[in-house]
Amino acid sequence: MVTTTRTLEISPDDVVVSRAPWTRRLLAFFRRESLGTFGLVLMLAMTATGLSAELIAPYNPTANDFGAMMDAPSWAHPLGTDQFGRDLLSRIIYGARTALIVGLSSALVGGVVGLILGVGSAYFGGRTDLILQRVFDVLMAFPLIIMALAVVAIFGTGVQNVIIAITIPLIPRCARVVRASALAIREVPYVDAARALGYGHTRIILFHMVPNVMAPFLIMVTAFVGQAVLAEASLSYLGLGVQEPVPAWGLMLQGGAEEYAATAPWIAIFPGVAIVLSVLGVNLFGDALRDTLDPKLRHR
Amino acid sequence: MYRYIFKRVLLVIPTLLGAAALVFVLMRLVPGDVCVVRLGSSGGTFDPKAIAQCHAELGIDRPVVIQFIDFVWAFLRLDFGTSMWSGAPVTTEIWARLPISLEIAILATVIAIAIAIPLGALSAVKQNTWIDILVRVFAVGGIATPSFWLGIVSLLIVLNFTSAVFGTPWMPPIEYVPIWQDPIRNLAMAFLPAVTVGYRYAAVSMRMTRSAMLEVMQEDYIRTARAKGLINKLIINRHALKNALLPVVTLIGIEFAFLIGGLVVTEQVFNLNGVGRLFVQAVQNQDYTLSQALVMLTVTVFVVCNFFVDLLYAWLDPRIRFS
Repeated sequence: MVTTTRTLEISPDDVVVSRAPWTRRLLAFFRRESLGTFGLVLMLAMTATGLSAELIAPYNPTANDFGAMMDAPSWAHPLGTDQFGRDLLSRIIYGARTALIVGLSSALVGGVVGLILGVGSAYFGGRTDLILQRVFDVLMAFPLIIMALAVVAIFGTGVQNVIIAITIPLIPRCARVVRASALAIREVPYVDAARALGYGHTRIILFHMVPNVMAPFLIMVTAFVGQAVLAEASLSYLGLGVQEPVPAWGLMLQGGAEEYAATAPWIAIFPGVAIVLSVLGVNLFGDALRDTLDPKLRHR
Repeated sequence: MYRYIFKRVLLVIPTLLGAAALVFVLMRLVPGDVCVVRLGSSGGTFDPKAIAQCHAELGIDRPVVIQFIDFVWAFLRLDFGTSMWSGAPVTTEIWARLPISLEIAILATVIAIAIAIPLGALSAVKQNTWIDILVRVFAVGGIATPSFWLGIVSLLIVLNFTSAVFGTPWMPPIEYVPIWQDPIRNLAMAFLPAVTVGYRYAAVSMRMTRSAMLEVMQEDYIRTARAKGLINKLIINRHALKNALLPVVTLIGIEFAFLIGGLVVTEQVFNLNGVGRLFVQAVQNQDYTLSQALVMLTVTVFVVCNFFVDLLYAWLDPRIRFS
């Protein structure tokens, strides 16, 4: 009788992939996703700026200085001043806070409500799923800015109402994507096992299904932050979003920016650059996150 | 195919009815009494009789279900009532501004397609080269740039350039002249707004073209085409691009409907009297009849665009209609 012995060969890479500490995985992300890392740096810079606005802003963002109206960029005012003599750098720094509050609140609330509805819709299936899907169909027929305008028309302007106006159209968009992933998870044996053990619907949805749709959820929420920042800027630019004297990037581009574009172009240029850099950061990071969390796209 | 069309029409009807119900409910969520807002805008005092008369005029003294049926019936007859602000029929207000918005939307689509498909395909063919990186950065930039800011900056550039070259600054005209009357003046007005809106549109379509091309380039039939010695140009044009364009066509159709959202802001920048600007004015003036008509119009355009995109997709790819 011949006996053969087989040795199980495990390459060091396999161990690294499955058990690597988060620091090493983070470093691998930085190495592989250079554009995503750049995006993350921009996002962190925006967050730090928004959080420490009082500490780093050189002037009060709402203080008028009629002796320094439309001053060109100088040492005293690095990005110049607007038509009321307000320091643009300080307004942009405080504007980061407004963008952060609106962007994060809308994305998180819209994302979480969409997550629960999407997973719930997939889990219950049948008539619940059918009704929710038709409701999402209706809500998604409204382009984001149109829905936001309709909500503003009813509730009025201001930071809180802008958050509501942007959150509502984000809910069905997240629910749709999450539902597609949750449908596959519903068929997995551990969900059946959880049911067989007598767990309640809430427990199965929150502790067994939600953690498994985190990848598409995180990708969606990241994209939502960028969309929400853009939508807030657009609404504020139209005069239907954040209202004076709250510093907001879109609001800074309203009125004076166009009127004095020829004589004081810095009023029009710098707030726009701030919007582009922050949304660019979020989008680049979101793309890298998608490539990392979705193995099919990793090598593209 | 007829069976597929029938099934899709059956999906369109509940969506439109649902949208109508949502708009109907939203407009009735407005805090306070619409008639108080309407009569109060003149600043004077008003008696309960005037309010009751206004309720009867608007038909809001009747049961809600009857009001909703009336609302849908009026919408089907394209009778949106009169604007609460100008007093003119809503249909006249919209009709007067529709050509300018429609022209910018079509021009933006043409610009977007002309940029997106060649650049997206090139980016995929030259994957991970400097060309690919450049195109991707251009695309990500398009998604991150707000159209209104791009509009302001492009106006600034035109202003400074014409001032430096010709001595006098030039601005695009803001009055609409039909293209058949004065094509140059018409295009001078519509070109910059179309580029401004079209950049984002091009960026989204470019990313989709690249992604679809990369997927198709990995298919077995592309490998077969290479194995039989077909030249690269033929493989890309005849086999890869043709198949990769399917999802791009879908996206272009969906994005066309989203253009209306982009126009809302862009028309404001360029001072154009289009449907988008009318919408902003309606919201600012709390003109609910006009607002609800414009929301319904936008949603209908979106749903109808989606419907035709689905039909086109099913026609191009038989697997869809047989699934």
